[in-house]
Amino acid sequence: MSGALSFHFDVDGENFTMAGQASVQVKKNLRRLGLPPEVIRRVSIAMYEGEINMVIHAGGGHAEVVVAEDAIEIVLQDNGPGIANIEQAMQAGFSTAPDAIRSLGFGAGMGLPNMKRYTDEMDIQSEVGRGTRITMRVLLEN
Amino acid sequence: MTVRELIQQTQWPTAALPAADREITGVYMGDLLSWVMGRAKESDAWITIMSNNNIVAVATLADTACIILAEGVTPDPGVAALAEQKGVNILCSPVGAYETARLLSEYL
Repeated sequence: MSGALSFHFDVDGENFTMAGQASVQVKKNLRRLGLPPEVIRRVSIAMYEGEINMVIHAGGGHAEVVVAEDAIEIVLQDNGPGIANIEQAMQAGFSTAPDAIRSLGFGAGMGLPNMKRYTDEMDIQSEVGRGTRITMRVLLEN
Repeated sequence: MTVRELIQQTQWPTAALPAADREITGVYMGDLLSWVMGRAKESDAWITIMSNNNIVAVATLADTACIILAEGVTPDPGVAALAEQKGVNILCSPVGAYETARLLSEYL
């Protein structure tokens, strides 16, 4: 990973309507680096879903995006309530989002499934009461 | 067709038009933002009735050609300015989502 470029973001858990700022910034940064549009799209969508999850469920968190030679890695870390049953959370349509969030168009239970769908590798480490750490990788093919 | 040509055809009012020359190559309809993120294709015209700030982020990330607010919905305060700033086109269709999509299929 020597020479890898990384971006760090603090995700504000208080301001739901402005959520997505970090993902939009990542998209801009990756465009400047001249990466393929489909890779940029996949990274930014996966990151946006993660960012929204951190705002809805965890009161914010941190995101780290590393651009390496062979892949883009996204690490999302929060100190929220954790995920009690990861298998259940991964099912499309399963959601614990409150009604107020649903009325804004979120909480469809597609966040984690979309993150998996748009990345090549995804790992979830979560402890109830402690927080969640999600690592995703989008591979760069030559 | 481009967003500008669509507006010329339909006379739909616009709330933000920072990228009028974007080409529309398809249509996606939906209000659940994660579904839209997962399914809308680049350069789709996205028809929705959601009008909050988050639609601008979703359109930016999914790289849709424009947002079309159906049913005469207008954007929430501040959304138009944000869309201008982020390069996201927002059109306001006075008719329902189905009729909006039907008209689009005539023009595309």
